[in-house]
Amino acid sequence: MSDIAIELKGIDKSFGLVHANRDINLRVRKGTIHGIIGENGAGKSTLMSILYGFYQADRGDILVDGAKTDISGPSIAIDKGIGMVHQHFMLVENFTVLENIMLGAEEGQILTSGIARARNELKRLENEYALEVDPDAIIEELPVGLQQRVEILKALYRGAEILILDEPTGVLTPAEADHLFRILAQLKAQGKTIILITHKLREIMAITDEVSVMRRGEMVATRTTADTSVEELAELMVGRRVLLSVEKGPANPGEVKLSVRNLTVRDSRGVPMVKDVSLDVRAGEIVGVAGVAGNGQSELLQAIAGIRRAETGNVTLNGRPIDVTGEADPNELRHRGLAHVPEDRHHMGLVLKFEEAENSILGYHDDPRYLKSFFLDVEAIRADAAEKCARYDIRPPDVRLKTANFSGGNQQKIVLAREMERDPDVIIIGQPTRGVDVGAIEFIHKRIIEMRDAGKAILLVSVELDEIRSLSDRVLVMFDGHVVGERSPETGEGELGLLMAGVTDQEAAE
Amino acid sequence: MEFLDTLIVLLQSTIRVSVPLILAALAGLYSERSGVFDIGLEGKMLGGAFAAGAVAAITGSAWLGVLAAIVVAVALALVHGFASITQRGNQIVSGVAINFIAAGATVILGQAWFHQGGRTPPLSGGARFTTIDLPFAAELADVPVVGAIYTNLLSGHYTLTYIAFALVPFTWWVLFRTRFGLRLRAVGENPGAVDTAGISVIWLRYRAVICCGILTGIAGAYLSLAMTAGFVKGMTAGKGFIALAALIFAKWKPVSVMYACLLFGFLDALSIRMQGHRLPLIGEVPVQFMQALPYVLTVVLLAGFIGRAIPPKAGGTPYVKER
Amino acid sequence: MSAPHAKLPGWVDYGVIPLVNLVVAFLVAGLVVLLVGESPIRAAALLIEGAFGYGEGIGFTLYYATNFIFTGLAVAIAFHCGLFNIGGEGQAYVAGLGVAIPCLWLDASMPWYVVFVVVIFGSALMGGLWALIPGYLQAKRGSHVVITTIMFNFIASSLMVYLLIDVLKPRGSMSPETRTFAEGGHLPKLDWLFGPLGIDVGGSPLNLSFLLALVVSFIVWVIVWRTRFGYQIRTMGFSPSAARYAGMKEARIVIITMVMSGALAGMMAINPIMGEQHRMQLDFVGGAGFVGIAVALMGRSHPVGIIPAAILFGMLYQGGAEISFEMPQISRDMIVIIQGLVILFAGAMEHMFRPTIARLFTSLGGGRKPQPATATE
Repeated sequence: MSDIAIELKGIDKSFGLVHANRDINLRVRKGTIHGIIGENGAGKSTLMSILYGFYQADRGDILVDGAKTDISGPSIAIDKGIGMVHQHFMLVENFTVLENIMLGAEEGQILTSGIARARNELKRLENEYALEVDPDAIIEELPVGLQQRVEILKALYRGAEILILDEPTGVLTPAEADHLFRILAQLKAQGKTIILITHKLREIMAITDEVSVMRRGEMVATRTTADTSVEELAELMVGRRVLLSVEKGPANPGEVKLSVRNLTVRDSRGVPMVKDVSLDVRAGEIVGVAGVAGNGQSELLQAIAGIRRAETGNVTLNGRPIDVTGEADPNELRHRGLAHVPEDRHHMGLVLKFEEAENSILGYHDDPRYLKSFFLDVEAIRADAAEKCARYDIRPPDVRLKTANFSGGNQQKIVLAREMERDPDVIIIGQPTRGVDVGAIEFIHKRIIEMRDAGKAILLVSVELDEIRSLSDRVLVMFDGHVVGERSPETGEGELGLLMAGVTDQEAAE
Repeated sequence: MEFLDTLIVLLQSTIRVSVPLILAALAGLYSERSGVFDIGLEGKMLGGAFAAGAVAAITGSAWLGVLAAIVVAVALALVHGFASITQRGNQIVSGVAINFIAAGATVILGQAWFHQGGRTPPLSGGARFTTIDLPFAAELADVPVVGAIYTNLLSGHYTLTYIAFALVPFTWWVLFRTRFGLRLRAVGENPGAVDTAGISVIWLRYRAVICCGILTGIAGAYLSLAMTAGFVKGMTAGKGFIALAALIFAKWKPVSVMYACLLFGFLDALSIRMQGHRLPLIGEVPVQFMQALPYVLTVVLLAGFIGRAIPPKAGGTPYVKER
Repeated sequence: MSAPHAKLPGWVDYGVIPLVNLVVAFLVAGLVVLLVGESPIRAAALLIEGAFGYGEGIGFTLYYATNFIFTGLAVAIAFHCGLFNIGGEGQAYVAGLGVAIPCLWLDASMPWYVVFVVVIFGSALMGGLWALIPGYLQAKRGSHVVITTIMFNFIASSLMVYLLIDVLKPRGSMSPETRTFAEGGHLPKLDWLFGPLGIDVGGSPLNLSFLLALVVSFIVWVIVWRTRFGYQIRTMGFSPSAARYAGMKEARIVIITMVMSGALAGMMAINPIMGEQHRMQLDFVGGAGFVGIAVALMGRSHPVGIIPAAILFGMLYQGGAEISFEMPQISRDMIVIIQGLVILFAGAMEHMFRPTIARLFTSLGGGRKPQPATATE
């Protein structure tokens, strides 16, 4: 018997061209809570999915209880006593709690006897771990916190000794999160091993025994939680990046162009994502919104752009209100001087199967410049697109090439050219350089600064902290749907990182 | 008593025409509950009917005919499965294709083998099913009301009829009381939950599709071996689609499926019965109106005017592991 | 799973792969021919001879193709919007009213060209109306257009049987059809067009609606690729979220596209009613609505692909009729099988051979290196 529950040796995994995990080594000691922290896209979930057998590693070994194990599927992981609570719950929503718990562990072809046994076992688990839940309740009628409890019970029912939780507090209220941590502590006291994936430093500090930090697919450090500090972890997580040098003079803020007051937005599942957010953007300034992905930034942009209906709140553009809680029309907003570079250029900003020229008019297809009555003026559209290609150095400069065949950077330039060449008053930009090559990043940053200097009001959302810091004139940090603080871009990364990780304003400033 | 007799005759023919609907709709239920939409019920049924007619004609055994029907319908179901589960193709397109292949192949092969213009030879004796009388049917015939119901309505059907009706509670039991059923329902709602529970989504869906094949095969055999004596070109005549409508109308629930099929069967029987009759106040109801009614009702249901038909959540989409 | 996503040149994607799919479909059909004891090669020779070997055959081939161009375009325009209209059959059937009623009304008083114009609008209107309801239900109530259009096919069939038997049938007649139209309800044949080419299509029913089909194909191309609305249709079809981002009215686009699709299917009714039979008969659509699905899939939803695909199916219909004289084992139903196989291989399993072809192509040294940084993650 070793006291190492899980050991990963040299795990390597690529998805196509994306190198998600590079030569990862990790040891998780038995009976501990081991945190894995890292920014979004650092490869945490992929690594845990490999441990759970959901994906297979390209290289590397997994040792469970000191024995090399080939986990070729979740059923093997379950056999080895590994359970996982996924970020997006793997529950059948119109099933009862009991049915969900039994699924895959029915014990026999006919359910009747299994049901009775499951009911008893569930009762026992409930008592042992204080995890009450009505076994006959329908999942979709339960609050998220209870749904998560069902996921945990599911793993325990299968006899899990090692429990992986992937961003478990993402969907929970603070009270629910606290309750979850009590449950985890209880499980640990019973001898279970817990791996907790999160991007929130506070959680790591509050509950883990050891913590491993991942950055861009690599495991950069493992620390004993008691011997480390929030500052050290934040730095490890974000890394000392070479600050991209962007030449920019001082801002000359003018009047308020975009004003947001008490905006609340729910996502498609009805979970509130933006909570009572207020902000102003003035002409000639860039307001950066920093934050870990999933803290409401996407919904904020979408609500302002009229794509997602807000629940409450007021937004004005150039002093005139936008009907964000009703029928705000993205088309009309464009006419009123709002340009939108969406976060997700593959699904929103571009139609990848269109020719470049066709994408260069998306959203502006009503512009008389591109039309001859009902017909598209193809000549004019292509000439206009060619001109933009030249001005934005879009390569190859072939306006009839399918957009999917352009590189990420050039795709983004297509969007930028379309949105910026319109002389808008306000530009909202999401993740301007996600998946963009270094050469294009510099170009895109320069353009954004130029637009600022031309007097545009710019709201910039990015999960890249250095991008926010080098472009913005003011930095807002979003966490859990709230704007939790405003800082100047000169503020240190550590302090911003703490805010992003949910440490309160005052604590972070200290 | 005349009214009762008329009613019994009407209900008797309702049962007769409902049987293939029930079998086909239950078949669709297995497939669609697992997340594989199937508009190819019609084609599988037709292929089954032909195989049954052909094999029964050659071997002289109705049961071998049923077996052949099952084999052929399962083969067609596996084509649909291969296209929509393994190849992750469009399930609607695949279903349409199956319908055409079956419609064409049954006629071509029938003509080539039997030279009767796409028919199979007329069946007689052990090559087709005969009705069976329940115990004491003759003795009870004269008991008022009860006797009429027992002898004329409940007794005197084909074995396959009793099988079809027995399959309704059986399917309910499979779906809600067995491990297979639990997993089947789960995979149609959230294949991710099934996959992470360590169960193969693909194999599970293939099994559902095979169940669908077996039942459509029996439905086809009923048409050519029980309802009529031999296969006739295009003899399903849209029954596969009525069954599909019934399945939707019943919101993918086994017992409701039986009621929906009986309702649609009743409308069919009634339309034949009412031909030429005038109703008070309304006058003569065109038979075509009665024939269209199941489809109209289904559309009205789909439009959300009477309840809501919500299909299995993962239906129609091939399973791809989330990234 | 990297192979299916490997980048291939356009001519492989749009030329070689569809061709391979088609060839496989025909090979399987050849197996069926073998199975019934005939020679597939001789059948193919008879087919081509029957369809293109003499003037009348060509005329019949193009006559059938006319139907399939219309129904193929109908399915295709809906595909561009991400909709699957299986209801072409019913839409064309109901649109028969839009042809027959103007003909019955005007045939004695007006020349054919006046009636023709009325009939074009009439058929489009009726077909469009029959598609409007499924379109509306999809856009506003979320009922799936596939299921509703199937249901509407059956409802159309009942409706038309009723109308033909109880309303439109002349008194005293036994057959469920309208009376035969007078001169004004006859479309001119196309012998004047093909005569100078040395092709005598005299005995065939090929008529002016073939030219209408070609004109409509061009118009569909213009609508889809050259108008603002077509731009919106394609945006919707490729990416509904991009359409939302661009501020397009999704429900409106779905409804109008379905109406257009129904109108196209509806115009098919002109060909058999005013062009051939000069009366409306029971079941005059004869499955053309479903052939449209195969034609659209094969033609990759582009008029330039749809016209040859329609002619191919016209050839199968005409040549198939010829084969059945020579080979009693093989009736016209062979075409239905081929239709099914084409839908299966060119539609549901369209990517089956792609990995193999991609590998073959790369090993021949023609593969382009996939470009970096376009990953969607």
